[in-house]
Amino acid sequence: MSRYLAVVGERCVACGACMKVCPKNAIAVKHGVRAVVSPEQCIGCGLCVKTCPAGIIKKVERE
Amino acid sequence: MKKKRWYDYLWIYTPVYLVLGMFNILFAWLGMIEFLIPLGIALFGGGKLFCNQYCGRGQLFDLLGNRLKLSRKKTPPRFLSSPWFRYGFLAFFMTMFILMIITTVHVFSGAQDLKQAVTILWTFKLPWQFAYHGTLLSPGVAQFAFGMYSIMLTSSILGFVTMVLFRPRTWCVYCPMGTMTQGICSLKEGK
Repeated sequence: MSRYLAVVGERCVACGACMKVCPKNAIAVKHGVRAVVSPEQCIGCGLCVKTCPAGIIKKVERE
Repeated sequence: MKKKRWYDYLWIYTPVYLVLGMFNILFAWLGMIEFLIPLGIALFGGGKLFCNQYCGRGQLFDLLGNRLKLSRKKTPPRFLSSPWFRYGFLAFFMTMFILMIITTVHVFSGAQDLKQAVTILWTFKLPWQFAYHGTLLSPGVAQFAFGMYSIMLTSSILGFVTMVLFRPRTWCVYCPMGTMTQGICSLKEGK
């Protein structure tokens, strides 16, 4: 399990840019409302953090 | 590297649309595709599949910003993603759209003459008579095309500027269609 994890903020616009860039297909836009990260699949690479046009995805240390 | 699908090439739609409108403004009617398909998908249970996969505009900005490195890739200001700004921009956009429809109706009814101009950023009128070669239908059909092309050109300019200044797909944050479809999905989800 990776040390870091991507966390999607409240202001997600559900554009899917994060989903497209994720190398592990660990993010999906659920019901057109917001992006959801699968903690099991996320490797904490931070690509989605740099891509999110709203700048609302954070890379946090796993608990 | 993810495998490319047919829909990954839809970025071609926006440049082709803008170029066609320079030759014959009636092609601007094709812009309705970008209005009706995302709404249809959202209303009939497909969520934001249009934004996520099929939006040519998002793909184009991604291409220009990432592949052609035209974007500074800076985090956009926080206000852009605030509901106040997004829904405010949607309201403004829809108001301007309704005003455009009213003008079109006036031209259809003969109360107003056809204006062969494209308005960018809702302010600056560009003479566009070179792309109008008449129509067998009412001049109102052409008036709608000029209005539609103005909307598409304006959104392309705004999207391009924010692509350069911030991240490639910054337009997606405040895109009125994206806000509207997300709003529909949220309502359907009861959130």
